[in-house]
Amino acid sequence: MSYITSLKCKECGQEYPVAPLHVCETCFGPLEVNYDYAKIRAALTRAKIEARPHNLWRYRELLPVDGEPEVGPNSGFTPLVHCRRLGAELGLKSLYVKDDTVNHPTLSYKDRVVSVAITKAREFGFTTVSCASTGNLATAVAAHAARAGLKGFIFMPEGVEAGKIVGSTIYGAQVIIIRGNYDDVNRLCSEIADKYGWAFVNINLRPYYTEGAKTFGFEIAEQLGWKLPDHIVVPTAGGTILPKVAKAFKELKDVGLVKGPNFKIHSAQAAGSAPVIHALHKGVDLITPVKPDTIAKSIAIGNPADGFYVLRAVRESGGWGDSATDPEIVDAIKLLARTEGIFAEPAGGTTLAVALKLINQGRIKPDETVVVSITGNGYKTLEAVSSAIERPFVIDARLREFDTLFERLGEGKPAAASA
Amino acid sequence: MAVRVRVPTPLRRFTGGEGEVPADGASIRQVIEDLEKRHAGIRERLLDDKGEIRRFVNIYLNGDDVRFLESLNSKVKDGDDISIVPAIAGGR
Repeated sequence: MSYITSLKCKECGQEYPVAPLHVCETCFGPLEVNYDYAKIRAALTRAKIEARPHNLWRYRELLPVDGEPEVGPNSGFTPLVHCRRLGAELGLKSLYVKDDTVNHPTLSYKDRVVSVAITKAREFGFTTVSCASTGNLATAVAAHAARAGLKGFIFMPEGVEAGKIVGSTIYGAQVIIIRGNYDDVNRLCSEIADKYGWAFVNINLRPYYTEGAKTFGFEIAEQLGWKLPDHIVVPTAGGTILPKVAKAFKELKDVGLVKGPNFKIHSAQAAGSAPVIHALHKGVDLITPVKPDTIAKSIAIGNPADGFYVLRAVRESGGWGDSATDPEIVDAIKLLARTEGIFAEPAGGTTLAVALKLINQGRIKPDETVVVSITGNGYKTLEAVSSAIERPFVIDARLREFDTLFERLGEGKPAAASA
Repeated sequence: MAVRVRVPTPLRRFTGGEGEVPADGASIRQVIEDLEKRHAGIRERLLDDKGEIRRFVNIYLNGDDVRFLESLNSKVKDGDDISIVPAIAGGR
């Protein structure tokens, strides 16, 4: 049973049938899925959700699919980690990390949006799925396409991490590297989507794809005991996830599943690719594109399609945002790993680094509940931190050598010498 | 200056279904004016009521976003490659 009624232009309000469309023919504005919320409110309860399997489809009434979802049976419902040690260092009691480093099967939040997009691609009868990607989306599309039995075509800019190329090709997808940056790839793919009639998850299926990002927010609310956090910090690249998390929180209120509090949503960008933060800090609506230059490749988008909606969601919530330099990003990755045992990719380091700034600026108070969004896994981006970590010691397999080293490390005497 | 302009699906009802059309002009602004003469109604889809490029329209001149160049005043040479692409795409 479907609860979608139409697609609707976010700018001019014109409605369209449920089809693989993403741009309003009148004003070029983005199309958004429209639901019958009264019907959802009547159909959906906390108990019904809680009785379902631990995957993102437990919120299926609030997702744009018609039948039984066939893609992503193990995706979503990642841990919400209560960070006691990191919280203690920062003076926060209720600090949480939403940990999509362990999303199934490709270790990033993209498993959410792709599960929804490919389910929809099958409903529409597509046999080829495709995407423009810097990596995480590529691996997610390749893996989910493989399991769904669809052909995958993946387009990436040159210079993405080797692991992401291998991690897409391994699933049998055709990978094509474009000489240029992500924005060049995106432009080419818009033209290919037009000409070849494929399902580009982040282009012609974009209205459905982006809805999958709401599940990140739904899960946080459920995992906090059907409550919203006071603050959530979300990374911003193309601008998909932040407005969708805000939408998720609002929808949960609208259909009566949560009450308050009034959450504040904050945007995090890498300083080398921060067009949205520049506009936010200047107090303007117009986002001036930049040429990205940062180690945080997964969020290096200089011309964010949904940047305007990020600004709007942040401002409406009373939130803020900031950017983090590459060294700050690396330090934050190390801090999270050292205190909580979670290894985030640079996008996650960016988000934590910005959360630290918001705490220092007094925008986040010690007794408030804070969620830091970690959307991708550090094992995919070893290049970003490998030069910033200590080299291991190399010794011979002799106890005396180790004794000498241990003393040199200043760790003191062995605790329990054999008597 | 004679150029070719690639037109996305939502605008092809103005171009009789063509995905690529010829146009003339020494700047992006002049090319758009010429497109309007040949395909009435297309200018309003590209420019807002202040005459600026609409928020959700990207125009590329030889692969570069014209917002990085001189926007509507960017100079156009014979044989240049112009693409009109909806801004809404992406999410890596």
